[in-house]
Amino acid sequence: MDYGKLGLKVGLEIHQELATEHKLFCQCPPELFKEEPEYTFLRRLRPSQSELGEIDPAALFEFMKGRTMLYEANRATSCLVEMDEEPPGPMNPEALDVCLTFALMADSKPVDEVHVMRKIVVDGSNTTGFQRTCVVSLGGSVESEGKTYGIQHVGLEEDAARKVGDEGEVSRYRIDRLGIPLMEVATDPDIYSPEEAERVALAVGRLLRATGKVRRGLGSIRQDVNISITDGALIEIKGVQELGLVSKVVEYEVQRQVALLGLTEELAGRGVGEGDLNGDIVDVSVLFKGTKSRILKNALKNGGKVLAVRLSGFAGIVGSELCPGRRLGTEMADHARFHGGVKGIFHTDELPAYDISEGEVQALKERMGAEALDAVVIVADDEGKSRRALEAVVARAKQALHGVPRETRSANPDGTTHFTRPRPGAARMYPETDVVCITVTSERLEALKMALPEMPEEKLERIKADYGLNEKLARQIVNSIHTEFFEELAKEGMGDTTLLAVTLTETLKSLERDGVPVGSLDEPVMKGVFTLVNEGRTAKESVPELLAWLSSNPERSADEALGSLGLGMMTGEVLRELVEARVSEKSEMVEQMGMKAFGPLMGLVMGEVRGRARAEDVQALLREALQARLKR
Amino acid sequence: MGEDSLQGYRGRLKVALEAIGAGIGDQIKVESGGAVYEGSLMPRLESDDEHHVVLKLRNGYNLGVNFDASTQIERVGEAEKPEFKPPPLPTMKEGLPRVSIVSTGGTIASRVDYTTGGVHAAISSRDLLSIVPELSDFAAVDADILYSVFSEDIDSRHWTGMARMVEEKVDEGVEGVVITHGTDTLGYSAAALSFALRNLPIPVILVGSQRSSDRPSSDAATNLVGVVTAAATAPFAEVVLGMHETTSDTSIVFHRGTKVRKCHTSARYAFQSVNAGPLARVVEGRVEMLEDDYRRRNEGPLEVMDGFEEKTALVKFHPGFQPKLVDWFVDDGYRGLILEGTGLGHVSTGLYDVIERAVEEGLYVGMTSQCIWGRIDMDVYTTGRELQHLGVEPLGDILPETAYVKLMWALANSEDLEGAKALMRENIAGEYSDRTLYTGRFG
Repeated sequence: MDYGKLGLKVGLEIHQELATEHKLFCQCPPELFKEEPEYTFLRRLRPSQSELGEIDPAALFEFMKGRTMLYEANRATSCLVEMDEEPPGPMNPEALDVCLTFALMADSKPVDEVHVMRKIVVDGSNTTGFQRTCVVSLGGSVESEGKTYGIQHVGLEEDAARKVGDEGEVSRYRIDRLGIPLMEVATDPDIYSPEEAERVALAVGRLLRATGKVRRGLGSIRQDVNISITDGALIEIKGVQELGLVSKVVEYEVQRQVALLGLTEELAGRGVGEGDLNGDIVDVSVLFKGTKSRILKNALKNGGKVLAVRLSGFAGIVGSELCPGRRLGTEMADHARFHGGVKGIFHTDELPAYDISEGEVQALKERMGAEALDAVVIVADDEGKSRRALEAVVARAKQALHGVPRETRSANPDGTTHFTRPRPGAARMYPETDVVCITVTSERLEALKMALPEMPEEKLERIKADYGLNEKLARQIVNSIHTEFFEELAKEGMGDTTLLAVTLTETLKSLERDGVPVGSLDEPVMKGVFTLVNEGRTAKESVPELLAWLSSNPERSADEALGSLGLGMMTGEVLRELVEARVSEKSEMVEQMGMKAFGPLMGLVMGEVRGRARAEDVQALLREALQARLKR
Repeated sequence: MGEDSLQGYRGRLKVALEAIGAGIGDQIKVESGGAVYEGSLMPRLESDDEHHVVLKLRNGYNLGVNFDASTQIERVGEAEKPEFKPPPLPTMKEGLPRVSIVSTGGTIASRVDYTTGGVHAAISSRDLLSIVPELSDFAAVDADILYSVFSEDIDSRHWTGMARMVEEKVDEGVEGVVITHGTDTLGYSAAALSFALRNLPIPVILVGSQRSSDRPSSDAATNLVGVVTAAATAPFAEVVLGMHETTSDTSIVFHRGTKVRKCHTSARYAFQSVNAGPLARVVEGRVEMLEDDYRRRNEGPLEVMDGFEEKTALVKFHPGFQPKLVDWFVDDGYRGLILEGTGLGHVSTGLYDVIERAVEEGLYVGMTSQCIWGRIDMDVYTTGRELQHLGVEPLGDILPETAYVKLMWALANSEDLEGAKALMRENIAGEYSDRTLYTGRFG
């Protein structure tokens, strides 16, 4: 794709959790819990009315449907502030200092007075119904490969509660994460290619980590990506958790927008207008009385209906692929789920399939008066839900006549995205009057300037010198998210620094390429693996295998991995016996070749004990055994 | 320009803003410390300093820009006046019970002006219905603004006003009255109305909120829906206070006006019945009675005894308490004192002389306990017996705050001290319980 010609523009919003001693507005530790919750509570959020008399219709709809939040908590990680039962305390000065430090490093101008705002969020992720957020500095830049990228602002906000499940109308959230300080860095939209987007994200991440006060581990840094192309729309994609996914997300979004524009052109060519989408929703349950489709059968059995709508001129369009695995039909299904709360839709571009027969499809088309160029969409569920779902499908079809609709999307693990909600109008923000504003004094800034941490380039030089790494490896480790972890391990004398650096960069990357879910490896587990090598309990060759096993068994320890894989070191006697056994098995060869049999025998034994014995030990034992035999 | 043209600005900054004719909401450009900021001018809190201009940036964020001799401010555009378009009212159903909502202050519903950050109270019936449209499913509500005062500024004159308003509404034939009220002194007002409204024919329910109504998580609307439900359909005809039962939004609980106390500074479940169980609750739109012994809806007629004697005080005893404080009340012509004593109802023996004098001067002196939970017993220790001998009246398990309100009422509605004493001993509105039940943890 020629991104320049398409007019691609990308802006990033990078959210990084800070590793401060306390949360942003209370004295709770910024930690998560894995155990069962100690207590739960149920709440509802009522969308507030603005001075203009408007209430976000989607939010009001959710409320009226009885959307309820079940919050899970324990006493170790949250207090009444997170429960919205006590006003917030003053803003954590340590968190503000981290942001100001970042601002100074990125040449961003700190504001004179920080004002905390309430940004309305009614999805339940904030118990209050709003997120506390503020701007700390404006402007600034980061550099990547000699190019400078503008920063719009650096902000500080409270992280949201984390969603742990959905059961019908009840969304389950855990409030441990709520209130953890989250630094937001928003770049200018002056990024013009997918690779560039990833590089800028990397550069910002590097600078964030340079503050030395960031939380590590999965989900501690999250990217929102804003993407637009000429004639397309500005799409906000939320929650890209892995850096490696940023370029894919951009690439697929451009594909999606280009494909949607193509469909618009095709529809115009067919002469389809809004008037052709009259949206008549028809009950076609009777056509599916004897259906073999389990989904339709169940819906009818449970008192539901099969409803259908004709999309005139949409044959072949609904099933048209936008980006890998995503069709216009997939987008319609997202809207149907959002507005109707149904599980999904069926459309004639994909039928007959799913045990819906050719005959049923023909009858359906006939009943709906669908001609060759028309598509029909059906939904089987509770009648009200199905109706709302099909109305949403028709609305999405109408949007397809006009190009790319503006909306908020979320990233899927493969880099494609799905619709999450219509793009909200201007953010609804008003002052958080429970938190006093903070004057950023010149004394405070001077003190922070005196104590600025090492910049990434300085760190590179130091890491080369301190740990004896070559340029390439040092650069890889500085660019990785594991820089600090590497230094901690190296300082603790966790063995060979090259092994550490290679494992934390190349090995993890190659495992990931092979589809190993390395994201689930946390630092204590990885440290356990290095400890095994360091204590001589396994060979360094077994590290990739151990990490791969632990990735798939995230609750288990390095010791358990060792046991389960049988990669423990062979003790001296066992190894000696094995070596002697091989030598005597190959006695003929030994007699013929003498000490020259060493090479082939070494290969034979190592093939058997790789990862469980050190080559030096095998060498010594083999030499001994050969000499002993030859002496006889 | 906004209504309050430069809210919160003072000193030279205010002069500078006036000089360029800037008002709240206007677009201004500020040059300060080598940077240029553009945004709309926002109000400042009274407590903030006078050296920063607050701007709302285009992205919605506010920030403060330093103002000193070198700062340049320019007005570049006028405020956009938001035009309020009231959302359509829900359709009114015929034949629903009439419920009157009387507002005394605090906001049960509000709208946020996202351009200036202002929060505006919504208290007309129309506003209430547009914000809490589900009310119209089960009640025909009308709304009146009686007062607009902070809870801490409420005094006995307001109680009288509330009692008369209820009388008016009862005469109009409503099925129930809801009084919205700030939470700080909500318990006192509930007690006052419990004594003032005699022979009550319908429920009178006081309600507040612990989270401001501008936020989506506010308990205001949930509480309101719950109390209007009870006002419309509950079988009891008593003065009660309805608020969240727990931290969850699932139930609204009703406490008798004489037995309720604010027991937490900030939580939704701050109000608790003390030395008694709650009367009823509303869960999923239905009233569930928790007590069998209550006053049923009836024909009345309502009798209003709305006098309150202001020369009455609630005095908390503590170690180091100075006897001359009691003398001050006597000298100032007070007619009665409620002592909040220690434990079973004691004060230091050093107070005997001043208490004796107070009684001799014709003051009513009653004893309650600062323990909050449990009842006093002045027969157990010598001090208690001696205090009774001096003329101190033991007040059983009445809450100190309720005893204070009741004394104000008893003094104003009796001929003489003996009459007041008799009223104080009588169980008028459930303020005394016969038995002290086990509660485990308090609250």
